[in-house]
Amino acid sequence: MMRLNSIFKTDTRPSEITPKKVLESRRSWMKYGALSLAGIALPARSEDAVKEKKSPLSFDKQKSKYSTNEEKSSYSDITSYNNFYEFGTGKEDPAQYAHQLNTDGWTVEVVGEVLKPRIFDVDQMMSLAPLEERIYRLRCVEAWSMVIPWLGLPLSKILNEVQPTGNARFVEFVSLHDPEQMPGQRRPSLDWPYTEGLRIDEAMNPLTLLTMGLYGELLPNQNGAPVRLVVPWKYGFKSSKSIVTIRLTEHQPRTSWNHSNPSEYGFYSNVNPNVSHPRWSQRKERRIGEFFKRDTELFNGYAEWVSGMYGGMDLSAHF
Amino acid sequence: MGEVLNPLPARKMFRINTRLVWLVGLVPLAVLIYRAIRHSLTANPIEFVSQYTGWWTLLFMMISLSVTPMRQLFNAPGLFPLRRTFGLITFTYAALHFLTWLVLEQFFDWSEMMHDLSDRPFIYVGFIAFFGLFSLALTSNKRTKIYMGPKRWKRLHQAVYFVAILGVIHFYILVKSSDVTEPLLFASVLFLLLGFRLFEYFRRQPANRA
Repeated sequence: MMRLNSIFKTDTRPSEITPKKVLESRRSWMKYGALSLAGIALPARSEDAVKEKKSPLSFDKQKSKYSTNEEKSSYSDITSYNNFYEFGTGKEDPAQYAHQLNTDGWTVEVVGEVLKPRIFDVDQMMSLAPLEERIYRLRCVEAWSMVIPWLGLPLSKILNEVQPTGNARFVEFVSLHDPEQMPGQRRPSLDWPYTEGLRIDEAMNPLTLLTMGLYGELLPNQNGAPVRLVVPWKYGFKSSKSIVTIRLTEHQPRTSWNHSNPSEYGFYSNVNPNVSHPRWSQRKERRIGEFFKRDTELFNGYAEWVSGMYGGMDLSAHF
Repeated sequence: MGEVLNPLPARKMFRINTRLVWLVGLVPLAVLIYRAIRHSLTANPIEFVSQYTGWWTLLFMMISLSVTPMRQLFNAPGLFPLRRTFGLITFTYAALHFLTWLVLEQFFDWSEMMHDLSDRPFIYVGFIAFFGLFSLALTSNKRTKIYMGPKRWKRLHQAVYFVAILGVIHFYILVKSSDVTEPLLFASVLFLLLGFRLFEYFRRQPANRA
């Protein structure tokens, strides 16, 4: 939670200054200036974000039909406020420590119930299909949300490449386990490595994005570089970061948060305003940068593309 | 234990400048305001302010509860006024914490607040603790003490032990199960502080009572 060093930390390094921030901070000023009674309701100043030089990526400039038109969260908010326990449980820990992660020569093995198991490097994965920009809402289980322009390709492209067998009913995602590079893993905050899972139809859904970029550039480490999952109709923790293994399985895989607290975090964890959580109201959410809360939508507003997969399922039992 | 504190002779009272103590106690608030002006309250300032004020409430609660043990251990009756000062500083941060929830977090959305109270155990535990602290702050002045009589006043103000326990429980259940280090630290400190009182209580019982 609160740390003394973070409370007093206000200095900024020159490398943290980005051109995007100017526009973003002006927006927040205008919008919320009036509400900042004691100055405390204002969003963080963008210069707190850590930004390294990232290579721009080429991608399909045509707007995806899955993208939202809502106002995007600022690059600095997206890259400075993260839940990535591999680097610590504080929201600012990932931006502070993720530079210790070395993503050079990264590979992802795709194995299990497949006919052609294969090890991909990041470039090979990116060459399977043109990269697409998907502007998705991200709803954290902690009742905050952002709008993020991801870059990636449908996970189905990779899965089709390895040809799942008839037994493949689930897909397990395993993130990197290396306490040398990930200081948060030196503490047992979760059962490392981080594992997540989807049903095969969820994994094949066109919304499910294997993601390598953000805001037109390669992913910063704190956002799950070099390759992560984005499943926009589920709470954020279902979208695994820094993935090293994708395993197709016959049985439902064990997933980290569900294992850590099964009564609070279900395997499905679809965004659902009607299923309460003991710590956070799921009826509403605070969009980062906004003062007033907004209503949370079923499946995070993606029902038209995903609700068909859950026909006949009791969503409060399979939360 | 760092330096050796000379036990003060009980009759040689020194006066604590409580205004100075207030000044020190308000430093975390000043830091918060400074960070707010610099917009460095993270991307989610409301959550930050809530956690910050809550954390300092608990810390000042522990400091308040350590005044009496210090006074007894070091035989320093001059410390006595600190109990009330730190108690009121604790209440100040608790009030800011409560107002953060009421105004910034919920913005007077009564139905959401009712939901919060009924669905979320940490909210109602915090709520009870806050109103306990509120009633102690209201009755903390000398006039009330005289009006109530020292015995009844003391009994009422012993409720602070329960308030402190509720405060730590509030913190413990609101963090994720993987993140309980800090709540457990507060719990251990509180255990020591309350344990000291229990120990003193039994030590002072006449030995021949049985």
